[in-house]
Amino acid sequence: MSASAQHPTHPETLSEHVQDATGESVFNCYQCGKCTAGCPLAAEMDFAPNQILRLLQLGLPGMEEEVLKSLSIWLCLTCETCAARCPQEVELPKIMDYLRQQSLKRGLVHPKARDILAFHQAFLDSIRKNGRLHEVGLISAYKLRTFHLLQDVLVAPKLLARGKLSLLPHGIAGKADVARIFAKCAAADAEAGRHEPQTDKAEQP
Amino acid sequence: MKVGFFPGCSLEGSAREYNESLQAIAPVLGFELSEVPDWNCCGATAAHTLNHKLALALPARILALAEKAGLTELLVPCSACYTRLAATRDELIHDEALRRDISSIIELPVTGRTKVLNVLDVLAACASDGLKDKVRKPFAHKVACYYGCYLTRPEKLASCKRAEDPQEMDDILRLVGAEPVDWAFKVECCGAGLSVSRTGSVAELSGRIVADAADRGAEAIIVACPMCHTNLDLRRDAITEKRQTPYSIPVLYVSQAIGLALGLSPRSLGLHRHHVPVRLPERPAPSPEPALQPSGPKED
Repeated sequence: MSASAQHPTHPETLSEHVQDATGESVFNCYQCGKCTAGCPLAAEMDFAPNQILRLLQLGLPGMEEEVLKSLSIWLCLTCETCAARCPQEVELPKIMDYLRQQSLKRGLVHPKARDILAFHQAFLDSIRKNGRLHEVGLISAYKLRTFHLLQDVLVAPKLLARGKLSLLPHGIAGKADVARIFAKCAAADAEAGRHEPQTDKAEQP
Repeated sequence: MKVGFFPGCSLEGSAREYNESLQAIAPVLGFELSEVPDWNCCGATAAHTLNHKLALALPARILALAEKAGLTELLVPCSACYTRLAATRDELIHDEALRRDISSIIELPVTGRTKVLNVLDVLAACASDGLKDKVRKPFAHKVACYYGCYLTRPEKLASCKRAEDPQEMDDILRLVGAEPVDWAFKVECCGAGLSVSRTGSVAELSGRIVADAADRGAEAIIVACPMCHTNLDLRRDAITEKRQTPYSIPVLYVSQAIGLALGLSPRSLGLHRHHVPVRLPERPAPSPEPALQPSGPKED
């Protein structure tokens, strides 16, 4: 299996799309497994990090969907341990970011990753509205998205007692500027999506 | 020394004691913090997980505002914010087309000329500028210096020289009287952004870190990241439940440990805001049982 060193001009397989978007070639991986050995959450994953790369290398259509449907891509903490130790310098965290974005666009998010996704979405909503993260708003929005209404009810009073919870958001003067940045990035993402396969179930972050 | 300052969102809320302690030690150590006007959130894990361009544009607005304010160096105390700003700066510097594209998205010129510093960079500069002479009450405790992910990785963005066994924080703590222990979880991930959405996983990862620090005889864990602090301190009850062992070892920000050594009051450093009470033994003998801590070659 040869490494396609050049940028594919018309990416077709998922591995080609990965390379087009991130500059990373999955074919540099020779399956030593060092990424998996050091991954803090490998034990909880459905596919170990090196298996994700293997599925991408094989590039069969069913396998690509397996990757995008996996829980692994959402559990990746982007701790960068795999990239720091990879003898082939494959930047797996960059690849994981791309795979998550594709998984979301194609409506293939693993059911057990819904809470993780809900948290990220609530986080971005808070920034879009206020320019900065409002922690109380984030947690409330997360609870509403996931119906985990009672989660951390014992933590909140501790934070409040220690003066760590601000009930109102710290809005910034450039709030509208930040909202415009969000709108432009979402539009750019939708435009890029037109060149990617199977984006029928698209969902915006 | 005047240095730009990007506190980031946590320092306004759950990590306000990190901000308080930095503001308290700055004048004593001779640096002035100049906050970036009207800064926004860096986007954190959420942005780079969901939208690549947004993950560059949000930090780019902060860098652009810092440039506009004439700041040549920017201290970013949160390690997670630090890596987002440093990564964005790196991409902007090396890609002119991207620079133009991002400039048009944020509607501000941005070059990436403002240098991004983490808290260890700034403290190392203070260390070579007479930190030792300013110590009033040596922080004579055994400490586990916890670096986590983004002070050491990715290597091209991190200033720590040894990715697997960094020494920068250990060296600074030694200068103020502490005795860093040799331990195995210096650069392991605490579970980071999954703290809310997957608390069980975070309790597992953070639990291993707390347990190893305590088992090696450390009296405090020293951190430099609000997310690490949240997971090791605020999530202690979840850790206790997971491991079925109570651990009382407190978690201090590096700025709090230095502040105590400078003779500042615990209250001005926000020590009362922690979940795990900060109870440190009063001045233990410098090295009670030296035989237990052989200074052999370090594992790498």
